[in-house]
Amino acid sequence: MGVVTAAELLVNAALREGFYGQSIPMFGPERRGAPVVVFARVSDRPIRLHSRVEHPNIVVVFDHRLANFIDVTKGFKGDLFLINAPSLSELPKDLKAFRLASVDATEIAVKLKLVVAGWPVVNTAMLGALAKASGLVSLNSVVSAIKERWPGRIGELNAEAARRAYQEVLVEVAS
Amino acid sequence: MTLRKSVEVLTGNYAVAYGVKLARAEIIAAYPITPQTSIVEKLSEFIENGEMEAEYIRVESEHSAMAACIGAASAGARAFTATSSHGLLYMAEMVFWAGYSRLPIVMAVVTRTLAPPWNIWSEHTDIFSLRDAGWIIFMCEDNQEVLDTVIQAYKIAEDPRVQLPVMLGLDAFTLSHVASPVELPSQEEVDSFLPPPGATPRSFTMDVEHPISHSSIVDPDTTFQFRYLMKEAMEEAKEVIREVDKAYSRLTGRRYGGLAEEYRCSDAELILVVAGAAAGDAKEAADMLRDEGIKAGVLKIRALRPFPVEEARRVASSVKALLTFDREYSFGSGGVIAHEVKASLYGFHKQPLVDSYIVGLGGSEITSRHFMEAARRSLEKVERGILKPGEVWLLPPEVKLGGVPW
Repeated sequence: MGVVTAAELLVNAALREGFYGQSIPMFGPERRGAPVVVFARVSDRPIRLHSRVEHPNIVVVFDHRLANFIDVTKGFKGDLFLINAPSLSELPKDLKAFRLASVDATEIAVKLKLVVAGWPVVNTAMLGALAKASGLVSLNSVVSAIKERWPGRIGELNAEAARRAYQEVLVEVAS
Repeated sequence: MTLRKSVEVLTGNYAVAYGVKLARAEIIAAYPITPQTSIVEKLSEFIENGEMEAEYIRVESEHSAMAACIGAASAGARAFTATSSHGLLYMAEMVFWAGYSRLPIVMAVVTRTLAPPWNIWSEHTDIFSLRDAGWIIFMCEDNQEVLDTVIQAYKIAEDPRVQLPVMLGLDAFTLSHVASPVELPSQEEVDSFLPPPGATPRSFTMDVEHPISHSSIVDPDTTFQFRYLMKEAMEEAKEVIREVDKAYSRLTGRRYGGLAEEYRCSDAELILVVAGAAAGDAKEAADMLRDEGIKAGVLKIRALRPFPVEEARRVASSVKALLTFDREYSFGSGGVIAHEVKASLYGFHKQPLVDSYIVGLGGSEITSRHFMEAARRSLEKVERGILKPGEVWLLPPEVKLGGVPW
């Protein structure tokens, strides 16, 4: 699951910068292509909560089509909404109230041939975009976390995906 | 905060596996079950790639997994298994056998709801249902405590004063699959704390120099005597657990309070009594309640067996109310922690209100709000002079109590 791994990598990257972190995957009827939710906390002090995140500061959506049938802004506090989409014009209108960021992570993954069983693997690109749009962690830490997870060529490719997304992500200020 | 080289982002299950590796367990026998499987997957990976010197015994069931651990431990080996929910209950006969054999086996139980309805999420009924099997039982709050407790567990189990098996519970998914930073002690540090396997003399293992008969039929009074020795060992274990916790803190700087952790209890008027991962949410709730002017504390039940009777009495002596939170239920009776706390206080000079709250059954979410709502309810009772103990099932607000759910 790309999104679960992404959250673990985010915690790893946060740890490298002296923060504490926690990734909480939501398990249920797993099947390929079904929507998967994961929560992550990053803090400058140890995290004692184990409950899910009810009011996220940041929402990251790995596929813009999800926004058409899932309430992706439930409980959202509205600091940053990052989405994998070809362009912001594809998004439902009610999202425009938030600070939006978009990146075409699918295209980045396809170009780098990061495709598994026909599914573009967008998680590492999304992490690169998140690093840029949120400033939560540096690109360096993201790249280090990725390379620790996958030494060798796979790690290089994923690190490149993160770098490209870091450069390409578009951040808009809400009108 | 400075980054320490030995900190890794680990799930609770991987924290168990690293702990078992650091403890130099020699025999792993396990059967897969969600959400435990990644513990023994990781261990088999360690063994396969030569990072861990152990024998991995593949078995056809949990019953056989524990039987294999009993055989190994009877021969003096350091044995480990892990299971969950239905696997634990399928193993139950052998769990008692291990306890009554006084063998220092360590088992991780990823606490999971028993079916039906089919459910893979956390509840404590599985592990609590085996509280009378003669095992020491720990419940863990976070992944760091999981790793540390595995290492401590062997030290406690093998102590000549104890010689009892230890199981540790970690909440399904809430700990087992949640990843967070875990500080790993070095092998040298663990070796300086935990003697090598076989170094501590044992009274109940097979020894060709000093042969004893195992598990044969004996007269009733001899059995009675064995049970008394177990009771004594379990009492001794209280002090051993406290000692081991102190010794471990000298090694790592981390302490868990022995049998129970007292968080902001010294000046509290109300104490939340809780076991497992939700203890962290309870601590956050205690802080928030204090911001509202309610002096709250948390008594984290780390050891369900032996139960921290003295700790419960100590914190009860100065409070208006103890609120127990049970993520399991004994039908026809009530929450297990509620009973244990009430039994601990009976005949004791100070009797605060003890209110029982049932939370998180079937993996239903437990948040700080649950603890805060419970605190307000019980305090209101105290203010109105109502000291009769109550039981409240704290379901999510959208769930209606009573009737069938369809």
